[in-house]
Amino acid sequence: MTAIPILDVQRLTKTYRTGAGELNVLKEISFSLPQGATCAILGPSGSGKTTLLGLCAGLDRPTSGSVLLNGDPLADMDEDERARVRNQHVGFVFQNFQLIPTLTALENVTVPMELRGDRAARALGLELLQRVGLGDRVAHYPTQLSGGEQQRVALARAFINRPKILFADEPTGNLDAETSSGIIDIMMELNRSAGTALVLVTHDPDVAGLTGRTIRLRSGEAV
Amino acid sequence: MHPSFIWKMAWRDSRSSRRRLLVFSISITLGIAALVSIGSFRNSVSQAIDDQARSLIGADLIVESSRPFKAEEEMFLRSLGAPQARETRFTTMAVFPAGGGTRLVHVRAIGGDFPFYGTMETEPASAAREFRDGTRAVVEESLLIQFGARVGDRVRIGDVEFSVAGAVHKMPGEASAGASFAPRVYIPLQDLPATNLLKPGSIAQYRNYVKFPASADVEARVKLIEPEMQRLNLEYDTVAKRKKDLGAALENLYRFLNLVGFIALLLGAVGVASAIQAHLQQKHRTGAILRCLGASARSTVFVYLLQAAAMGLVGATAGAALGVAMQRVFPAILNSLIPLPISTSIAWEPILRGMLVGFAICVLFALPSLLRFRKVAPLLVLRSSTEGDGRGGRSSFDPLVTVVYLIIAGSVTAFAISQTETWTRGLVFAAVLGLSISIFAGMAKLLIVLVRKFFPHNWSFALRQGLANLYRPNNRTLLLTVSLGLGTFLLLNLYLSREVLLAQFRSIDAKDQPNIFLFDIQPDQTRGVADIVRSSGLRVIQEAPVVTMRLSEIKGRKTSDILADPKRKIPEWQLQREYRCTYREQLSNTEKVTEGEWIGRVDYHPGDAVPISIDKDIAKDFEAKLGDELVFDLQGVPIKTRIASTRDIDWKRFQTNFFVVFPAGVLEAAPTFNVLVSRVNDANESARLQSAVVAQYPNVSALDLTSVIQTVDAILSKVALVIRVMSLFTVGAGLIVLASTIWSGRYQRLRESILLRTLGASRMQIWKILCAEYAMLGVLASGTGIVLAVASSWALARFVFKLDYAPSIWPLLVAALAVSGLTVIIGLLTSRGIGSAPPLEILRAEAE
Repeated sequence: MTAIPILDVQRLTKTYRTGAGELNVLKEISFSLPQGATCAILGPSGSGKTTLLGLCAGLDRPTSGSVLLNGDPLADMDEDERARVRNQHVGFVFQNFQLIPTLTALENVTVPMELRGDRAARALGLELLQRVGLGDRVAHYPTQLSGGEQQRVALARAFINRPKILFADEPTGNLDAETSSGIIDIMMELNRSAGTALVLVTHDPDVAGLTGRTIRLRSGEAV
Repeated sequence: MHPSFIWKMAWRDSRSSRRRLLVFSISITLGIAALVSIGSFRNSVSQAIDDQARSLIGADLIVESSRPFKAEEEMFLRSLGAPQARETRFTTMAVFPAGGGTRLVHVRAIGGDFPFYGTMETEPASAAREFRDGTRAVVEESLLIQFGARVGDRVRIGDVEFSVAGAVHKMPGEASAGASFAPRVYIPLQDLPATNLLKPGSIAQYRNYVKFPASADVEARVKLIEPEMQRLNLEYDTVAKRKKDLGAALENLYRFLNLVGFIALLLGAVGVASAIQAHLQQKHRTGAILRCLGASARSTVFVYLLQAAAMGLVGATAGAALGVAMQRVFPAILNSLIPLPISTSIAWEPILRGMLVGFAICVLFALPSLLRFRKVAPLLVLRSSTEGDGRGGRSSFDPLVTVVYLIIAGSVTAFAISQTETWTRGLVFAAVLGLSISIFAGMAKLLIVLVRKFFPHNWSFALRQGLANLYRPNNRTLLLTVSLGLGTFLLLNLYLSREVLLAQFRSIDAKDQPNIFLFDIQPDQTRGVADIVRSSGLRVIQEAPVVTMRLSEIKGRKTSDILADPKRKIPEWQLQREYRCTYREQLSNTEKVTEGEWIGRVDYHPGDAVPISIDKDIAKDFEAKLGDELVFDLQGVPIKTRIASTRDIDWKRFQTNFFVVFPAGVLEAAPTFNVLVSRVNDANESARLQSAVVAQYPNVSALDLTSVIQTVDAILSKVALVIRVMSLFTVGAGLIVLASTIWSGRYQRLRESILLRTLGASRMQIWKILCAEYAMLGVLASGTGIVLAVASSWALARFVFKLDYAPSIWPLLVAALAVSGLTVIIGLLTSRGIGSAPPLEILRAEAE
């Protein structure tokens, strides 16, 4: 019996209607990612990387085509069902970190577990913050943390639910080279130890090279 | 989402905005304080009325007549049992011989142990008992103050000089404010004949107070004797009747105050709604992150619903606390208008009701913004450009939001109906409110369109920026115009309406209009009194004989039969009252004939039907038309009349007007007293005339318009003080809403200003931009408010008060300047720091 791929994308197309006519942002993209595998989406600005990531993670609806996440067709779900899938199976890391500014580092990390009412959230959150090297900054607010530290909090948050797949949107885009490599290392290490699949959006070929597979995008088409 | 997380998230997320949310919640505090204090006051008063019911009239039953009791009536009164007391009331002039001061007073000549319930409070306390022994009087304190008199001084009433035994503070059943029109003087009944004041035809009330045994059922007994009292044409009063009248009068006051309080609360609710909207606008990213991490739309909304509910609770609690503290204010102001001592105690019912209303309205008004928040797209975390979607596409139709708006409109209408206690009034109130809001919103929209269309491209950068801010995305033009404009409208409307009423009183005193009445002039004194007036250099503007009579038949039906008819439409007082009629050949200048023919003189033979002229409203009450017959009873002699004409009378003029006018040639021989109307130029002239007349004719009374205006002014200013206190609630709420609305837009302003500063704008330029924007808003809002206030106060004057309308321009200018100025000042104060702090620092501190 073959295992279900964690992500199965078929003929995915996204079109925006603009004043000047239709704008094809993504054209018929198809790929499949086995459980635990890693993959990079590489391409210049405006090539449709982030749109593809948003569609794969169920943050947006495609114009046509399908996305199966852990075998579940996202297109058939309403927004709240997709939210539940995200909570159960998906982790996120964003270029601009997207921490909730009114919550401390620890509270940010525990949000996904607390959403489910899981009482072990605090202990697990503390452990993850230790692992990303922020054991002494748990009570700090995002504005009191540097960019690299904020991204490490975001990483801890992404892994707290032991997601089956992690979507990372240019996770080092706002960081300097040294901090970036630290973040990538932590991400890869967490990925390996938890067996999480990884979809990494980047425009850096070196970062893409660390993953098992690279999808190159140009003007919305896989090349 | 797990429920516990919603609570946790709501609490944690509020961290950076708690202080701000707290300030926003104050928006509803004043409105609730108003409702709670009025409700508590109402409770205290009805408690006082229940507790002290019997002292409301000081007896179980008052039987009253406008002439001395006849033998038959005395027999009836004796049958009612003991104890009883007597009182004769009338107005006359009191003279303080020491200083020569004269003033119209209400004499109450008391015989017996009245009051049976409650106590007559005097200073010294012993005076209440002592004056009854003879030739001593207890007088209103204001009278002593006016003439610099003291206890022991003399006061002359008619032919008797009394020694002042003390000053009266409180008498059961009498509100002190009612007495200020003519101050009260209590004398013993046995001294009344010696005063020589009451002559046939004199106007006086004769009262008989009855106390039933403690075990008696007062209601049942009164019901039993009611037919007999009606047959004898005796009026009566009981505790139950008085309680009902007092309750009805107070209900009107509560209703009015409650509506003003409700408007303050509504303004506050608008403030809360705008604060929540702004708060949520800053929470879009948090909402998107939560959605991204797996929170459902509903739970995300719940997080902020909890925050809004908490705001409502805090605002409502603070309002209730303030209201409890405030309830002491009303008794202090209205003490002299209510004939009972009012104690303030904490009543939970109005407090809880006020809090509930406040809390509900707060949450209800927050709901539209909250519902739109459920449309925040998780995609926002990837692209800030999807922010537009996150706002829920305001232009897109959301049925749920529409339902909430309908619920809001329904609740406001329901509340208005519950406050005014009639369907029509409540609906009218709600409709006017809805219409005003639509007009304000329409004006704001129109302005936005006009500014865009005719944009002054040649203005300075700062002015152009400020102006453009009025229509840029996320502008607060609509909200501020509605809240500020509504506030201006309400205040100005209250002010203008009061001006209309006061102007009416002032116009009475206009040049050449009569302002002094001399009355109770006996027929043989008419010439003498007129001579005194003329020799004082004054004009006799009008002289009229007055004949008092009662109505005994209308269109062939006896008034006693009509009274007994349960289906009658004619008001009881119209049937039982004394008609003070006059006779003359010409119409006066305050009346004109609306129907029929004016007949000035007839050749009368007993038994003829006299062609009379009656007031057109009374004719309507009687359901009588021209030619119908009325029979009057003139001291036992029936006088048959027929309606020859109806008149429209201008009652607002300070002149003698009569419901019923006879032609000359009929009543000349009847018992008559005369009235003389003149004009004095100042208080000295008035005092000189009064002294001269009273010195020669002690039975003649004088009423000076100045004292009437003073009395009306005193009562009005008390009422006006209450209205002003209530208006302050509205103004206060309006200003808090203004501050919170501007503050809630601060984040957006901040980002724009920082960007401009980064691009090289100076602090001054940023201030100018903000000034221009707030000034434009202030002018727009106040302008709309002023136009509406003028229109509605005109309508009130024209259709409700039926008075002339000519508002002065000054209050309008002051309102425009004050509102625009306050908008700019509060706008700049709440924007403090935006122009000066380093951009990065602000960005970090105010990031959310």
